[in-house]
Amino acid sequence: MNTLARKRHHKAAPLLLVLALLALITGAAAFAAPSATATAEASADDVVAGERLFAANCASCHGLDAEGQDGVAPSLVGVGAAAVDFQVGTGRMPMQASGPQAPAKPVQFSQDEINQLAAWVASLGAGPAIPTAEQVDGSLGDAANGMEVFRTNCAMCHGSIGGGGALTQGKFAPSLLETTPEHIYEAMLTGPQSMPVFNDANVTPEQKRDVIAYLEAQQAGSPGGLSLGAIGPVSEGLWAWLILLGLIIASTIWVGARSS
Amino acid sequence: MGAKLNNAAAGTANYVDERTSIGGFVKFFARKLFPDHWSFMLGEIALYAFIILLLSGVFLTAFFVPSMTEVHYEGPYETMHGVAMTEAFASTLKTSFEVPGGLLIRQIHHWSALLFLAAIMTHMCRVFFTGAFRKPRELNWLVGFTLMILGLAAGFTGYSLPDDVLSGNGLRIIDGVVKSIPLIGSYTSYWLFGGEYPGVDIIPRLFTAHVLIVPGLILALVALHLFLVFLHKHTQYPGGGKTHKNVVGLPLFPVYTAKAGGFFFVVFGVVALVAAVFTINPVWNYGPYDPSPVSAGTQPDWYILFVDGALRLMPGWVFGLPLEWEIFGYTLSMNILLPAVIIPGLFFGIIALYPWLEAWATGDKGEKHVLDRPRNAPVRTGIGVAMIVFYVILVIEGSNDIVASLFHLSLNDLTIFFQWTIFIFPPLAFWITKRICMGLQRKDRELVLHGHETGTIVRHENGEYIEVHQPLDEQEVWLRVNYDNRKPLEIEPEFNERGVRRPGYKWDLFKQRLSKFYYEERVEPVTWEEYQEAQRHHGPSEQGKAEAVEAEHADERLNKEWESVDKAESTDK
Amino acid sequence: MSTPENTPDNEPQEGFVDPGLPEHRPRRADVEPKADKRAERQVAALFGLSVIGTGIALWAYFTKDVGDGGDVATIQNTNMWIGLGIALAMAGIGFGAIHWAKTLMRDHEMVEERHELRSSDEAREGAVQNLKDGAADSSLGGEGAKRRSVLKGSLITALAIAPLAVLVPQIGNMGGDWNVSKFRHTLWGPGVRLARDPDGALIKASDVTMGSVFHVIPEGLNDLDHHHKMVEKAKAVVLLIRLDPQDMKIQAGREDWSFDGIVAYSKICTHVGCPVALYEQQTHHLLCPCHQSTFDVADGAKVVFGPAKRPLPQLPIAVDDEGYIVAQNDFDEPIGPSYWERLKGDTAAADVQEESH
Repeated sequence: MNTLARKRHHKAAPLLLVLALLALITGAAAFAAPSATATAEASADDVVAGERLFAANCASCHGLDAEGQDGVAPSLVGVGAAAVDFQVGTGRMPMQASGPQAPAKPVQFSQDEINQLAAWVASLGAGPAIPTAEQVDGSLGDAANGMEVFRTNCAMCHGSIGGGGALTQGKFAPSLLETTPEHIYEAMLTGPQSMPVFNDANVTPEQKRDVIAYLEAQQAGSPGGLSLGAIGPVSEGLWAWLILLGLIIASTIWVGARSS
Repeated sequence: MGAKLNNAAAGTANYVDERTSIGGFVKFFARKLFPDHWSFMLGEIALYAFIILLLSGVFLTAFFVPSMTEVHYEGPYETMHGVAMTEAFASTLKTSFEVPGGLLIRQIHHWSALLFLAAIMTHMCRVFFTGAFRKPRELNWLVGFTLMILGLAAGFTGYSLPDDVLSGNGLRIIDGVVKSIPLIGSYTSYWLFGGEYPGVDIIPRLFTAHVLIVPGLILALVALHLFLVFLHKHTQYPGGGKTHKNVVGLPLFPVYTAKAGGFFFVVFGVVALVAAVFTINPVWNYGPYDPSPVSAGTQPDWYILFVDGALRLMPGWVFGLPLEWEIFGYTLSMNILLPAVIIPGLFFGIIALYPWLEAWATGDKGEKHVLDRPRNAPVRTGIGVAMIVFYVILVIEGSNDIVASLFHLSLNDLTIFFQWTIFIFPPLAFWITKRICMGLQRKDRELVLHGHETGTIVRHENGEYIEVHQPLDEQEVWLRVNYDNRKPLEIEPEFNERGVRRPGYKWDLFKQRLSKFYYEERVEPVTWEEYQEAQRHHGPSEQGKAEAVEAEHADERLNKEWESVDKAESTDK
Repeated sequence: MSTPENTPDNEPQEGFVDPGLPEHRPRRADVEPKADKRAERQVAALFGLSVIGTGIALWAYFTKDVGDGGDVATIQNTNMWIGLGIALAMAGIGFGAIHWAKTLMRDHEMVEERHELRSSDEAREGAVQNLKDGAADSSLGGEGAKRRSVLKGSLITALAIAPLAVLVPQIGNMGGDWNVSKFRHTLWGPGVRLARDPDGALIKASDVTMGSVFHVIPEGLNDLDHHHKMVEKAKAVVLLIRLDPQDMKIQAGREDWSFDGIVAYSKICTHVGCPVALYEQQTHHLLCPCHQSTFDVADGAKVVFGPAKRPLPQLPIAVDDEGYIVAQNDFDEPIGPSYWERLKGDTAAADVQEESH
């Protein structure tokens, strides 16, 4: 999927993920999000196929009944189809190795298979559903409003335009510059790993779409030219020394050298 | 035509001279000599960056509105439609998006600001490592130092003007630091912001500082700096024919008029090139200031990064003891004062006073116009490198989140690593640098005494193999033997013969200790006696030369033989 | 110095001798007319490039239209072409002039004597004498002058205090009302509802699901004028977080400050005042992006890493009849960075009262 995220192949951290999903599930159980219940649009066939896929690929950690194992993997009852689509659809699941956090990797399943898995997990308990195409259509959103929502709720970790940033102990907030709108939406809804949950009472579905519109507006690039990674003054300073002062000092050496 | 022009020029010159006696100045300045070396142009880069800043700054003032009145954005930029912002931010957006070339000038301005400080610091390093701050230039060092501080002030005040989230959080950090000052901190914060942070006064105030007070002072001090350069005449690197009593170089008119004048255009051209291609300070990404949001990568421009790094490095608790103290009900925040006030203060204090420190150690009262090769002042060079290492650690720590996410490290580990190494690396750098310098000095001795290795092996008639050494020419020798061999100061005893304690003894003792630190351990230059002894021992230089000639002949013979072998091989085929 | 610096040539050599300037090597352009011509052409060509650059910059200015400014690519394009034009216009002149200097102007170095900077003794004596004469003329000093200590003293006093006449009003007016005890108070108070930042929507306890973090402002903040809104927002912003009550260590005396695992802490760092906004829901850690102070929300927002010393102040919350989250009270301590009078009350009188209790 996205090249930046692929470079960040950390050895994934099962324990932290377990905690994340545990917190998520207890949350979902206590206050089942009213807006995003898993609708059983998926056919019964999908559920059956999903169960088979799950048994083959996920059950070794999460258990055949998806109720998880203490200290290994969280229960997936009630996480909803959105969580499955995000975790599997960005390649974060299945995990390969432990590390500070599970990074995005090449996706291992086709979208149909992911939908089947999601259908089965969604059938286990109510949880957030995969958003509709209209919900994630940035062209329907208000990018300026998205800017205000983004910088209040997201920019502190993901950077002012979603370039990513560091968290504690080797964890990081990934770059959003190449993340698909569906996955952005699902991440807000489900709060994967370190990320908090932004339920629909916190960031409304319209605001989520505005955030997507804001991030899509960044794809036009920076009006000023190449963006140097859009990570702020540090890269600007580095370029000022290496390129700007570097070029000028190179020319002083030419000025100071005797002509042959 | 030409004659007419000449007449007109002569007429004008006469007119001006009769009213200003400028003829004398022109006579004095026109053929003034300047030595040629690339490293003498670093200060020029700073000067030219400053001129570009003035030119582009004038452009920007035509469009910038230094006001914190709230408006709702009505301009064209999509992600800002209808957003509430101050006029300062709105006018920055307008300059960027609606004034053709406005964004370019903003970028030229900001890039040259980064360049200005980078050039000043590089220039300071050159002056430091070559000893150009010695008598009579100590005062000019101080003027230059003040210019650097003013450069920081100019940069910081300008960085804050657009009133965006990034610079606003920077101001807030400044406010936090100011508040930590004992007794007057809270009131100083009120004084700066016209009441509680952030208020509505700070942007107009920073604007006045940024476009009037600070550049005015910089301009005045630049004039003083250059006047002193003319008065002292430029320093020169050591070498044949260069002494403390002369200056060897090329005349201001026409050579340096063309070189230095042309160099301004080169600097401007490179800055314009970079500004045309690379974005800098995209305030539209950060959005207008609001006290609540913050973004990852919240950092100041590079020249303030070291303070930010010091703030990050300083733990709030050390071994379970807090660094914020409560004394008689008053709060003293050493966890802020130390990194943000005391350590930068000491660091800059040492830089400012360094010329005097070294003058005490040497006790030398003479004027120094020939520069030191850095290796010939191992302790000074070591101190300089140690300070650079200290500074760079703080800068990297100030970027630790960026470094962590770039190299997949834990920023906690990075911070802990630097908390220890800030105490280890600078002394280590000092020690290593001093050793390297002394090693180079020994290498110089070796060269003077034994000549260059030629890589040519010659067999003597008695069967002995030796490598031919090419003796140094007189310029090479002179460069390596003609430097000050400084020794620790000798001071008069504490008590005179009548057993009366001498006043000023302690001060002398301090200077002696300092002097020992500098010069106790040293590599002395080759003396004339040693040189002659080596010549005798090694065979006089004539023999050396003869050997070299012989070796060359041998080489040629060998080459010819190889060629003939090659030919033979090719004919075989 | 280990070696005599300038040994006269006629004496037998007793030390290293300054060999003098190295021999001047002529450049190619000095000896070959062809090279000279070539260099001249190169310089002229560089100046010509500069003219082209100016042309490009002007062409770009007049033909490239930023339009309504909404299109990123157009702005980029204008910016780049004008910039490249200026770059060429400047660099052409610069490289041309320097190339001229290097190849065609004098490169045979000259020598100039330096003079000691110290003034001659004569000049110094003259200076001292002039000052003495001046002092005598002023009747303040010099030989046989009257002491006039009253005059001296009054002048010094006047000069020393006269700046106050300007500085006191200048500085005095700059600090607003100087009432620094305002640091202690925020818009929070009994019953003030918590609202979402930035749109001001009110928050019900049921909205705050497990693992959520809400960025919060007090209700009514957005109704203030710009100045007060900024000042109050800078102090009042709060983070509202729901944890599993089992994970929480509740601080003594704060048993009823949270509601069913929902806690509210000041968003302003106790270090130097950045918004502490990075919440990691797995570890319950809040990280400040400015200097990386890390606070443990599950344990009273105590400092677990970084430069801050104090925990984030907690806002006591409750739920009102309509289910909205409200503040029980203002913070019980000043929010944000420490300052000298932080532990003192509003006024000296209040201090005395507090201490007597």
